[in-house]
Amino acid sequence: MTGPELLKSLSRLLGSKIQSQIEFRHETTFTIQPADLREVAKFCRDELSFDYLIDISSVDNLGEEPRFEVVYEVYSMTLAIHLRIKLAVSEEVCAVDTVSDIWPTADWHEREIYDMMGIRFNNHPDLRRILMWDGYPFFPLRKDFPLEGLPSEMPDVAFTSAAPMEGGPFVTQPSTATAKDREPRARRPEV
Amino acid sequence: MPQVAAYDSKIEGNIIFTQLDAAMNWMRKNSLWPMPMGLACCAIELMATAASRFDIARFGSEVMRFSPRQCDVMIVAGTVTYKMALAVKRIWEQMPEPKWCIAMGACASSGGMYRSYAVLQGIDQLIPVDVYISGCPPRPEALLEGLMRLQKKIEGEQSFLAQKPQLTADLVPEIKKRPPTRAYVRGVATAPGVKSNMR
Repeated sequence: MTGPELLKSLSRLLGSKIQSQIEFRHETTFTIQPADLREVAKFCRDELSFDYLIDISSVDNLGEEPRFEVVYEVYSMTLAIHLRIKLAVSEEVCAVDTVSDIWPTADWHEREIYDMMGIRFNNHPDLRRILMWDGYPFFPLRKDFPLEGLPSEMPDVAFTSAAPMEGGPFVTQPSTATAKDREPRARRPEV
Repeated sequence: MPQVAAYDSKIEGNIIFTQLDAAMNWMRKNSLWPMPMGLACCAIELMATAASRFDIARFGSEVMRFSPRQCDVMIVAGTVTYKMALAVKRIWEQMPEPKWCIAMGACASSGGMYRSYAVLQGIDQLIPVDVYISGCPPRPEALLEGLMRLQKKIEGEQSFLAQKPQLTADLVPEIKKRPPTRAYVRGVATAPGVKSNMR
């Protein structure tokens, strides 16, 4: 089976597991239930030759329900096709099964998502923070976390304080202008 | 038995009369051994400064020591994240007195473009800084200029009075009555430019 044929027949192969499938610019994305994740992941790797997990990312749709999304990017080295698997996670559950035993590279990806977004991964072998330090009380990539940060204190490990958004040598004006006009500028002396 | 002369014209040219401070400062400023605290892209320019084209050895600072016990000046070159901040402070505290600090580049001076939850907004919130160098990253010439400014600053220090009084009391008994100079309390009290939330 060639790559495009495989992608076409995905809905038949995975059947009822697929909630919705989107085709956009030759990229295939389908949504599944969180409960089906491990079954789908095993099937993708063993039967459909998706042997390479490129990345796992997470999305915070603050104000929507379910709030979070976890996105798996998988690739088949043999067929040279790319597939995107999405699943929605509600704030109350805030946990997904790990795939780190299926694709070992998922270990650190899942740790990063836990660190930055606060989504836990069930049965992960070593679910510690990876960028921030143990004991840091916030999840900085959540939409309700302020850009400038929040003060925190871990004695002898690290502290944080909120960064000044105004008063520094550079200022950014929030607007809908293009990136060229929005980029930080040196503060004018009279401002 | 030959008579020992108090004055020997053969060594005349090898004796210089000067002030003790001037002699100490002259030795200090011409052998500033850096602690290369390279944390980001500024460290690349720091390395370029040490390499042959710019040749920091012309200023006696070519001996980059990776052991803080052997360093005189910490060059904080790069973005200081909160995760790294206390490690930088710990290394600073391991450096023996007298010691100086150069904040190289925008990030080390003020957090730079990183108005962020993860970045310390200037290393001067943790350790006292003698010279700030602007630039993102600064050119090697700018670092050399900063080094020369630091040398100028060292020239003006009261190095003898800055010694601990118990070390100099034998030489100058009345030194005990003098209040300690700023250099003596460096890193302990709040020097100008050190913010009040210094830890």
